[in-house]
Amino acid sequence: MLERVQTERTQSERTMIEIRDVTRSYGSFKALDNASLAIREGEFFSLLGPSGCGKTTLLRMIAGFDNPTSGSILVGGQPMDGIPPNRRPTNMVFQSYAIFPHLNVEQNVAYGLKRLKLAAGEEKRRVEEALAQVSLTGLGKRRATELSGGQRQRVALARALVMRPKVLLLDEPLSALDKKLREQMQVELRRLQQAVGITFVLVTHDQYEALAMSDRIAVMFGGRIAQVASPKEIYQRPVNRQVADFLGGMNFVKAEIVEENGASLVLDTLGFGRVKTDKPKAFVRNGGKATLGIRPERLRVLWDNATAKFEVAGKVVERHYFGEITHLIVEIPGLEKPLSVTETNDFGADDIPVGTSIRLGYDPEALVAMAD
Amino acid sequence: MTAAAEGSPALRAAGPRRSPLLQSEAAQGFALISPTFVYALILLVLPILVVIAHSFWTQNYLTIDHTFTLENYRIALTEPIYRDLLWRSLYISLTVSLLTVVLAYPIAYFISFHGGRHKSLWLFLITIPFWTSYLLRVMSWKVILGYNGVLNSGLMGLGIISEPSDALLYNSTAVIITLTHAWATFAILPIFVSLEKVDRTLVEAATDLGDGPLRSFLRVTLPLSAPGVISAALIVMIPTVGDYVTPKLVGGKDGVMIANAIQAQFGKAANWPLGAALSVTTMVIVSLMAGATVLIIRALQRLAR
Repeated sequence: MLERVQTERTQSERTMIEIRDVTRSYGSFKALDNASLAIREGEFFSLLGPSGCGKTTLLRMIAGFDNPTSGSILVGGQPMDGIPPNRRPTNMVFQSYAIFPHLNVEQNVAYGLKRLKLAAGEEKRRVEEALAQVSLTGLGKRRATELSGGQRQRVALARALVMRPKVLLLDEPLSALDKKLREQMQVELRRLQQAVGITFVLVTHDQYEALAMSDRIAVMFGGRIAQVASPKEIYQRPVNRQVADFLGGMNFVKAEIVEENGASLVLDTLGFGRVKTDKPKAFVRNGGKATLGIRPERLRVLWDNATAKFEVAGKVVERHYFGEITHLIVEIPGLEKPLSVTETNDFGADDIPVGTSIRLGYDPEALVAMAD
Repeated sequence: MTAAAEGSPALRAAGPRRSPLLQSEAAQGFALISPTFVYALILLVLPILVVIAHSFWTQNYLTIDHTFTLENYRIALTEPIYRDLLWRSLYISLTVSLLTVVLAYPIAYFISFHGGRHKSLWLFLITIPFWTSYLLRVMSWKVILGYNGVLNSGLMGLGIISEPSDALLYNSTAVIITLTHAWATFAILPIFVSLEKVDRTLVEAATDLGDGPLRSFLRVTLPLSAPGVISAALIVMIPTVGDYVTPKLVGGKDGVMIANAIQAQFGKAANWPLGAALSVTTMVIVSLMAGATVLIIRALQRLAR
């Protein structure tokens, strides 16, 4: 049933959740520091960051389990100040799944419906529909204790979805699953979200998870939101070194600003020479220096006599084999740190001996300028 | 030894072989528990067997007639005096366990959910009364409930009653009050433990799914703490049926319980077989009642869904 669903449904422009200047302090510690954010209706939105960055605090404040010290949160245009979790149009999938151990699967899923006093047939129909959505049909009579981790997670999902919330909040829902199941669930969660069209807000510390599932991502550090953008933009155009570093490896090269105008920057670097790049929207120069970044997979080995318009030459100092790819560490004269290069193994990158002199080609588009 | 160190080492130490009997896991287990087992056998099982044996014999002035008879049980079950005492004991212990659990639950709940950093301090404070002797605690209720006691003088001082009431002490109500107080801690602790085990995210999940505080308590917290409620009820019920000191001190004529009658048979009345039959009868009835309590609480737990 889920197989046919498109994984990109057209987005509404209406705002579903608005976070307005929200701060949450515990004594002198600010778990969340003046955060503002707008999440659109029907969007799969991720809050990504290392532990302690305030992402879970923000999620719990949307759910109503915690309250902002200052600022306000609106869901569906309604201010949520003072409204307890049980009267909010949000439902949550907890990190530990919080499956009621004294109830079976069906009773767990029907838990929130009981209060609505639906007709008996209607309640049963909705429970079965929700179980079908998460592919648990037929397991309704199982005890919560007889379920595997993946199944418990599905029950938690069904239990929240059956309430037909405006917003589904997911607190690191995949972190307890093993790698293979996690990857499978990422795809399923995305499909499910596209099928039901509900706004999903996911908290995660796993960048791949966020990149794979989200329409947009907010990257958070130390209680502040560093960048809000689509996965592609976050990955390719990170606003600073912290964001770039958190989303996979990146080579950083010191640069000096030669020229700055509205749309572009001209930078001088030691390894890459003089480079002209697009100026990121959020770029605010801090003195005369900047950092130039390039992802390891955007550098490619130039074989034999192949040439590229833009290239750097260096020497392989380390080689690490990862199955489908090989990781090369290449020393470039003039650069204080060697470059990481990720190369697929189709052409024999796994056979390049350490010590070989090689040339690396790159596309200037792949260079990102970041303020220091 | 050097050879072993250089070459492939021997997997097992080549010591004297132990008997296969001691190598079996079950045998080792029995050996391990045998001191406790012997202790329990001598101090628990043997006395009970002696009591059961006596209940089928007859007292013949100073000697005991060892012919098998059910006469003692006929007396224990049909004589109005023993029947009344047994009913009263069951009534008192049931009321006491119900009251204790009802009063203990909010205390345990408060400590577990709102105790914060001071949980252990609260638990410590609750055990303080147990530093004094049980007798002293029972006696202090005599001081409170007595004719010239704290309660009477207090009520008179407030002008609520004009002369001291003698309805407070020396009846089954006095026994119930005293026992309820005495057993409070034994009910608070198991309930507290089971409340501690209730995952707080489950309560959050219930709230998230639309339950207010009362509903989430009735549908999640209470059913999940049922094991604690069951053990609290049993811990209080089983010993209070056979309580002997409390009725003796504050029960008066109307508060006499079955244990006092059993004591009389083994003492002044010198009819050990009848005393034994009364004991066995009480034991069987208490076991049945305990079983029934477990079943009832389980049924209520299922109802909470």
